[in-house]
Amino acid sequence: MVPPTASDRVARQNRSRENPLLTSMFVSRILGLKCRECGARRRLEATHVCDECFGPLEVEYDYDVIREIVSPDRIARGPRTIWRYRDLLPVEGESVVDIGAGMTPLLRADNLARRLGLRELWIKNDSVNPSYSFKDRVVSVASTRARELGFRVLSCASTGNLACSVAAHAARAGMRACVFIPAGLEAGKILGAAIYGPTLIAVDGHYDDVNRLCQEIADRFEDWAFANINLRPYYSEGSKTLAFEVAEQLGWRAPDHVVVPIGSGSLFTKLWKGYNELLKVGLIANGPPRMSAAQATGCSPVITAFERGDETIVPVRPSGIAKSLALGNPADGYEVIKLIKRSGGSGAAVADREIVDGIKLLAETEGIFTETAGGVTIAVLRRLVESGAIRPDESTVAYVTGNGLKTQEAVAREVEAPVSIPAAFSAFERVWRERELTGAR
Amino acid sequence: MTVMVRVPTPLRKAVGGARDVAAAGPTVGALIEDLERQFPGIKDRLCEEDGVLRRFINIYVNGEDIRYADGVETPVKDGDELSIIPAVSGGAGRSSESIRRWTL
Repeated sequence: MVPPTASDRVARQNRSRENPLLTSMFVSRILGLKCRECGARRRLEATHVCDECFGPLEVEYDYDVIREIVSPDRIARGPRTIWRYRDLLPVEGESVVDIGAGMTPLLRADNLARRLGLRELWIKNDSVNPSYSFKDRVVSVASTRARELGFRVLSCASTGNLACSVAAHAARAGMRACVFIPAGLEAGKILGAAIYGPTLIAVDGHYDDVNRLCQEIADRFEDWAFANINLRPYYSEGSKTLAFEVAEQLGWRAPDHVVVPIGSGSLFTKLWKGYNELLKVGLIANGPPRMSAAQATGCSPVITAFERGDETIVPVRPSGIAKSLALGNPADGYEVIKLIKRSGGSGAAVADREIVDGIKLLAETEGIFTETAGGVTIAVLRRLVESGAIRPDESTVAYVTGNGLKTQEAVAREVEAPVSIPAAFSAFERVWRERELTGAR
Repeated sequence: MTVMVRVPTPLRKAVGGARDVAAAGPTVGALIEDLERQFPGIKDRLCEEDGVLRRFINIYVNGEDIRYADGVETPVKDGDELSIIPAVSGGAGRSSESIRRWTL
């Protein structure tokens, strides 16, 4: 029998789109799950581990089919959310769980660029997603897939932002949410998750303890969808949209260099996959970019290994203010190191003081208030420009992934308290004159 | 030293479908050797051909990652709980140090 050509498969897909009865058969652009390590294949179910070698499973696509259907026009006609890129996302049905994630601003940051000595700098401001972090991208995909697979409970192991996003999407999808966080998180993240009405479990320990516990729970509670465990192959694909959007917003080109914060390393690896997919399906003609990794010195297992010239991640016990990146045993750390080298990128780790300065620098130059993870990214950007790892003429994108209002504790003592005055013109005039004389703000 | 071993789903076929099995030995490495005696073939699932624990396997004693302790030489005592958990993703790389600590 002659195997179907790409156009046969496209025709079959178009037919299935026209006829809702065939929608369940509409899987032709998604081939299944494939082990990144040994290549073993699995059906598109809720599993993240290869039965053969325990390697990670990834979604495998038929890029011949996608190349024939995808185009800048088709994407431009799509919704102003991540779902405009659905041809490259692992969902089968038409109905998605969408609270409006994606199409966040890509801001040309000339003030900051001048300060750092760069020609072309962009900030991808993902702090303005519906639950105020990039996690809305991955959770929109994971919750959609969870619903397609018939799950009723949505869960996750989180450093905070993911818990907020899972709880929000579960509310929208009419699913029950049970989310796990480490004890001692910032108040903004606890409230930012609790408001959506999940069962919120604070585990006595670091994120790595939460993650281990949740893996054991996921193994026993098989009817629960853990966004970043058994749904991880689908969940992680949502991060690719941060590559797709930046390329689209730059007029379908890849930047020369990107700076990415590292928690588990999943965002980093999926940005790489995203830019490479755009090349494969013909949406961009340049790239992938050089990719540089940003960590805090309080938790820098990836940068430590990178600087040692090694690929072995030695787990650490996290400390410091960058709690959203406090993953001492990062799942994709090994892969990140390989991709830094392969892409020609670099990386650095920065101390708490530099992180706070990074938050303030971005706020004062570009009007963007980011959380500690964004402070890490900006501080590392500054370091890498200073060291020459990012060249002044490279078009550079810094990924800012979370909102400053969620980590107010980090900067609360860094800002001026309001000047209290009675409601009298003379009182204001006195304050203003004094400031003009002293040069204070 | 008898220890309860929590078996993850992908390994359950190798132990006749059980979620928990008992194993005896003074260290994590010895427990794995005992599991192999009880369930021939399970060591191959946990270790590479050269005896190094697979990159995507994490092992915990009472919730503590053995990489923070002494790798497969980590001691165990009666009543401890050993959890075998597939890494959610990439796992650890292999350096001479990790091979030493992870080889049975």
